[in-house]
Amino acid sequence: MSPRPFWPPLWAGIALGLVLFLTFILTGHGLGASGFFTRLTADFGQWVMPDLTANNRYLGDYLRSDPLRAWITWEVLAAFVGALVGALSGRRFRPKIERGPSSAIPSRLLMSLLGGVLTGLGARLARGCTSGLGLSGGAALAVGGFIFLIGFFVAGFLFSFMVRRYWK
Amino acid sequence: MIWPLYDSGIAAGLLAGFLFGFVLENAGFGSPRKLTGQFRLEDWSVFKVMFTAVIVAAALLWLSKQLGLMGAESYHIPTPFYAAMAVGGVLVGAGFAIGGYCPGTSVAGLAGGRLDALVFMIGMVAGTALFAAWFGPLEDFYLAFPGPEAQTIMDLTGVPEWLIILILALVGWGGFKLGTKVERKLGGPYKAEDLFPREKQVRSKE
Repeated sequence: MSPRPFWPPLWAGIALGLVLFLTFILTGHGLGASGFFTRLTADFGQWVMPDLTANNRYLGDYLRSDPLRAWITWEVLAAFVGALVGALSGRRFRPKIERGPSSAIPSRLLMSLLGGVLTGLGARLARGCTSGLGLSGGAALAVGGFIFLIGFFVAGFLFSFMVRRYWK
Repeated sequence: MIWPLYDSGIAAGLLAGFLFGFVLENAGFGSPRKLTGQFRLEDWSVFKVMFTAVIVAAALLWLSKQLGLMGAESYHIPTPFYAAMAVGGVLVGAGFAIGGYCPGTSVAGLAGGRLDALVFMIGMVAGTALFAAWFGPLEDFYLAFPGPEAQTIMDLTGVPEWLIILILALVGWGGFKLGTKVERKLGGPYKAEDLFPREKQVRSKE
């Protein structure tokens, strides 16, 4: 079975904009993703090193006071389900390690891990990620959102230049 | 003012999240090759989709305020922290180029069966833990150069909101044109059939 084509970018962008606007109407804030991984880190920390986590200024405060902790958990879990429905209905579900044609599995996984570490650090520093700060902050025409997006695109080009042979 | 409803309950989270994930996957944003193609200039979908979404949502928010459906300061506008948000953006951009995802797209990637997305998520948890562990020495930088609370582009420049949206739309339109031209020259964009080769079929008798 061949996969169904992706939506054209203009239609996908309009759809994403409508979903984002709907989220603002319902909740008064936009979409997010990295907050879910903060919660995961805090919960995992509480499990394996409870004292250290509760006493950590950043994670301790997060666990005590972040009001969107529950919301973002449901949102991200549902995003997984929505994407799964998209992949299955589009005949695009394939268990695999996606990598460039000349890239080996160990190097791809190592780069995934490294990219994840940098992203985790960066999203906490920026107080959000491409969705929460870039997309939602951008739609709110917030200066912070655009500062983030400029940094994101500049670094994307610079680092892509260094690793392009892994993807090509 | 009937909006926002300020309902950050389970149902609102499930609905927003489901649609978010469904759109991301259908845009092809579960695929790290397609996503990173933006920075090799072979595939401008990231720019096109994000820019369109920002403009559509910004225009609808503006319209809602014009029609009196929504109050001016009624929804969340993040306060800028210039230093931390710029460097944070740089780190997330680097992580995206190297690892192939950002937090949201890694969820779409894993949902499409990609184990590299799971490894990326483990990395994010480790990165978050590192940030928490280093929060003491990082805190000064985290709070450095704050802007005014909930500062918007309108506050910064004095340009009216409708004109900002119009300028963004023009920049987006130019980016679409340029992107499509460059994509074609470089052999892109990535189509679903390039990324999901048809499984070899047993030839049946014709």
